[in-house]
Amino acid sequence: MSLNQLSALEVAAHVRAGELSAREVLEASLSQIRAVDGQPGRLDKQQLDPAEEQKVHAFIRLTEDLAHRQADEVDRKISAGEDPGILAGVPVSIKDIFTLQGVETTAASRILYNFKPPYTATPVQKLIEAGALILGKVNLDEFTFGSSSESSAFKPTPNNPWNTSHVPGGSSGGSTASVAAEEVALSLGTDTGGSIRQPAAFCGVVGLKPTYGRVSRYGLMAFSSSLDCPGPIARNISDAALMLQAIAGTDPKDSTSSVVPTSNYLEALKEGVKGLRVGLSPDYTHLFYPDFETGELSLESIQKEISESVLHAASVLADLGAEIVEKVPLPNTKYSIPTYFVVSRVEAASNLHRFDGVKYGYRTPVEVEDLQDLIRRTRAEGFGSEAKLRILMGMYLSSEGFAANYYQRALKVRAMIRRDFERAFDPHGEHRLDVVLTPTTATTAFKRNDVFGNTVRMQYSDQMTVSANHAGLPAVSVPGGLDADNLPIGIQFIGPDFREDLILRAGYAYEQATLDEAWRSVRPAILRQEVAK
Amino acid sequence: MSISKISPELFQKLVGLAALELTDEESAYLLTEMNHQLSSVNALLQVPLDADIQPTLHGIQCQGSGPRADVWQPFPTPSEILAGAPETEAGMFAVPDVKGAK
Repeated sequence: MSLNQLSALEVAAHVRAGELSAREVLEASLSQIRAVDGQPGRLDKQQLDPAEEQKVHAFIRLTEDLAHRQADEVDRKISAGEDPGILAGVPVSIKDIFTLQGVETTAASRILYNFKPPYTATPVQKLIEAGALILGKVNLDEFTFGSSSESSAFKPTPNNPWNTSHVPGGSSGGSTASVAAEEVALSLGTDTGGSIRQPAAFCGVVGLKPTYGRVSRYGLMAFSSSLDCPGPIARNISDAALMLQAIAGTDPKDSTSSVVPTSNYLEALKEGVKGLRVGLSPDYTHLFYPDFETGELSLESIQKEISESVLHAASVLADLGAEIVEKVPLPNTKYSIPTYFVVSRVEAASNLHRFDGVKYGYRTPVEVEDLQDLIRRTRAEGFGSEAKLRILMGMYLSSEGFAANYYQRALKVRAMIRRDFERAFDPHGEHRLDVVLTPTTATTAFKRNDVFGNTVRMQYSDQMTVSANHAGLPAVSVPGGLDADNLPIGIQFIGPDFREDLILRAGYAYEQATLDEAWRSVRPAILRQEVAK
Repeated sequence: MSISKISPELFQKLVGLAALELTDEESAYLLTEMNHQLSSVNALLQVPLDADIQPTLHGIQCQGSGPRADVWQPFPTPSEILAGAPETEAGMFAVPDVKGAK
């Protein structure tokens, strides 16, 4: 087994015990990146030869020098008998939406292509303080606006390590691809409507969206401030728990970060699922897709293999002593995407007004008449189509005359989505659930360019994930099998406020009980090719 | 059920308000996509709202420590902020003339 296959827990344990140096781990990680990642994303389309096209392309920027300094510091601490932190020597990638002082932070947008922030995001700082090695910034949809990573201004965009003609999902596609391709053990992503969990499902890794406020948003460039959640991406549940331990907690720099104490997430895994009440809902078996002319929502079945994986997981958990509660109503799920279209676009439009070519980032090089002309041209040249679309849609939906019908109404429907879950989790209610078990996505990873450009279809790939964002609840996507094309399937556990321990317990119990299932021995295609060479 | 659409005229007004400039091709694509998204959003108009439901800005009741005291704290290295600006002058951000300003 190569060093790159070790879990974060194993790496940290070996490094902390002095059995491995952080330098050795770092060199192995860099070697893997050189072997499978190919050219980093750059502004403007690149001509790639066929072999290069099949690479992962997770990274926009490697931070080798920084990682070397961090590895040396970890090794120094080990030699000096000091505590190097719970993530000692663990290679990590960072979604390029988090600031890192002095290092270009682009949000995958031309408008920030040269932005070097003067401060570091709190979750990144916590990773550094825990002894992690920051290998670099990974690609994403521009400003996180998308579900395939194809809207990035930095090309080539990431590929799915399981089949490089398919997308890795998004918007944290560079994060999940880098973890699945064993370039790093962990990645820091963000989830506004499913942007950690959907790509985690597509890439066969674990992706955890914590409760809103569990992890500080300081230094995360805002998309939709009431929905954005930083969170861990890992290859197994224990590693996700370990990373959450490092990044969770209150932060005076983010007034929405919670003062609720954190749990010992790793310790909680051992508690098992005996007696846990796991809910299945008929409202998570279909997509509710709109007709473009009439607006009527019609039912679309989700991929059969995914439904089967969810039922199989329920059966595994039942065998372990969990109580399966069927037919749990979550009836407002079908309004989760329409609500998201409103809430997220209104907040995005507000957040994107700050980019004007004056204080940082891109400024149009053409001669302008006045300040207004400068701002218009800078934004026209600096933003991609998806960003422009979200600004325009957000302005329309919140404008006078329309806001009462759309924005105010969406905030009420959001409250009803939340109420559905409160009823399901109510300890004195009919269902008294500990967790809800659902598919993470309706399909496995789609092919590049199959959906990109159809913004409605792209948005509906988040229907299974977005309700947890509306409700602020923690949710985790766990690998749940492979489809007939060897593409990963994700299953999701959603839990009550601040009960990351519960969803991690359920995920861990399922993971451990299925370790011997045949699909778990299949590796991503990009890694099988590496072995063949 | 017929659904409302965004007209080309309203679209152009939004483009101006958003401080954007679009090519004809971009305008056609974005207006089409906005109207498609609106077909989804219009589903909200059919939702039977619970009588007692109040709008929520956050799903979860914010359990943060609340805003910190509004105390001025100097940034330690303002030169780093200015270094990222496209144009500066005498320690300030520089911009072209503002229309109508004297």
